[in-house]
Amino acid sequence: MRSLKNLVKYFAKILALGSVAVLFSSVVRAQGREIRVAAAADMKFAMEELSGKFEKQSETRVNVTYGSSGNFFSQFQNSAPFDMFFSADIEYPKKLEAAGLAEPSTLCEYAVGRIVIWTPPGAKVDVAKMGWRTLLDARIEKIAIANPEHAPYGRAAVAALQKAGVYESVKPKLVYGENISQAAQFVQSGNAQAGIVAKSLAVSPAMRDGKRWEIPADMHPALEQGAIVLKDAKNKDAAREFLEFVKSATGLTILAKYGFEFPEKKKENR
Amino acid sequence: MEALWLSMKLAGCVAAILLAIGMPVAYWLAYSTWRGKFLLESIVALPLVLPPTVLGFYALVAMGPRGPLGKLWIALFGHGLAFTFGGLVLASVLYSFPFAVQPLIASFEGVDRKLLDASAVLGAGSLRTFWRIILPLSLPGVVTAAVLSFAHTLGEFGVVLMVGGNLAGVTRTVSIDIYDHVQSLEYGEASRMALVLLAISFAVLSVVYAVNRRVWTPWAAK
Repeated sequence: MRSLKNLVKYFAKILALGSVAVLFSSVVRAQGREIRVAAAADMKFAMEELSGKFEKQSETRVNVTYGSSGNFFSQFQNSAPFDMFFSADIEYPKKLEAAGLAEPSTLCEYAVGRIVIWTPPGAKVDVAKMGWRTLLDARIEKIAIANPEHAPYGRAAVAALQKAGVYESVKPKLVYGENISQAAQFVQSGNAQAGIVAKSLAVSPAMRDGKRWEIPADMHPALEQGAIVLKDAKNKDAAREFLEFVKSATGLTILAKYGFEFPEKKKENR
Repeated sequence: MEALWLSMKLAGCVAAILLAIGMPVAYWLAYSTWRGKFLLESIVALPLVLPPTVLGFYALVAMGPRGPLGKLWIALFGHGLAFTFGGLVLASVLYSFPFAVQPLIASFEGVDRKLLDASAVLGAGSLRTFWRIILPLSLPGVVTAAVLSFAHTLGEFGVVLMVGGNLAGVTRTVSIDIYDHVQSLEYGEASRMALVLLAISFAVLSVVYAVNRRVWTPWAAK
């Protein structure tokens, strides 16, 4: 009985300590600024570096949630608690703006995404040499792409396959990931032998060891990445600052490192 | 509709398989006197703990050509297990396992021991006792197990999402289809399908529970 009492006392102490710690940390947090960012899955690795740098120079905490642009879109319509949104398809932020859910004049195209054919380390077909023909090889039994019905990268993959004239022949091999990182997962786990994924994921540490072949940018509609600050944002100034940071020279260098390209450059090419 | 039919087929297969393997497992867990039994009981409950997508991810890895299951399957059938109907069945069996086994254990344990002793004294073997005494007396539990694993599989999303690959007619179940419509911002179509799924599920569940009740009320009242 006594030991039980001691145990109860012990837990009470822990609880008291814990609640003090929670209180304390919330006080500390209230002093610093915080922004909550919703970002498309293709931004995963670039965003980590972007937010890390921004946190240091501006003393703002950046909380990032990754997900699919379509999911976020439905959540924003039901006032999800985010300050800003980085979408893999600028159409979603445009729709938010049209619906009056965005801060005026914050909509911007911050980058253009590229897609690559990616094979895991030890693949039997050399994608860097073979290009499109990789996908026709009999040893490639399954090809993972993002779902073209709603994922921008999936739509780009299908468009490129059609343009290359191989869509009909590879269609039976296609399997569909819910988003671009799940498509990558199908290949990484070895269940699909090749995939068409975002270059921003293919150059990340987890996938760098595989081989990739860049699909020419003119073979699919441009993957215009769009960002916006939301109307319900709690910290609009900090969100605007972060957006400016992403568009600054430092921001663009980081984005370029992860395989993103820029709207200006695209216009020159035209 | 194709997706709905596929989901029904999947749920039916999973429920049937789970009853077949769930019964011996539940029998053993209900009547064994082994002291380490609690360990196995914990393992049976584990799929409840892992989030479905996480469970699905490990299923995907296990089914891959480097995973144990994938290696075996490829050696036997020459193709991978992921992105196939068989793969879905396997992952779903794993996922719904506790939903079949728990009610079975509960109902087996609820059978009066005196009846089992009497059966043994009269010379019946344990298999005969199971078929003639335990199973008839636990039928409500068996029905519950079947219904729960059927319903649980019908509404399953995370596991299928991870190992399915969203192939129309093969692995695109109704829950995936509804999700796709939501993702494409086609809320109307999504709602229609969700409503149909709910209506059919309600009908199936009510019929089963109604039959279950009418048949077994006299026994329960004894």
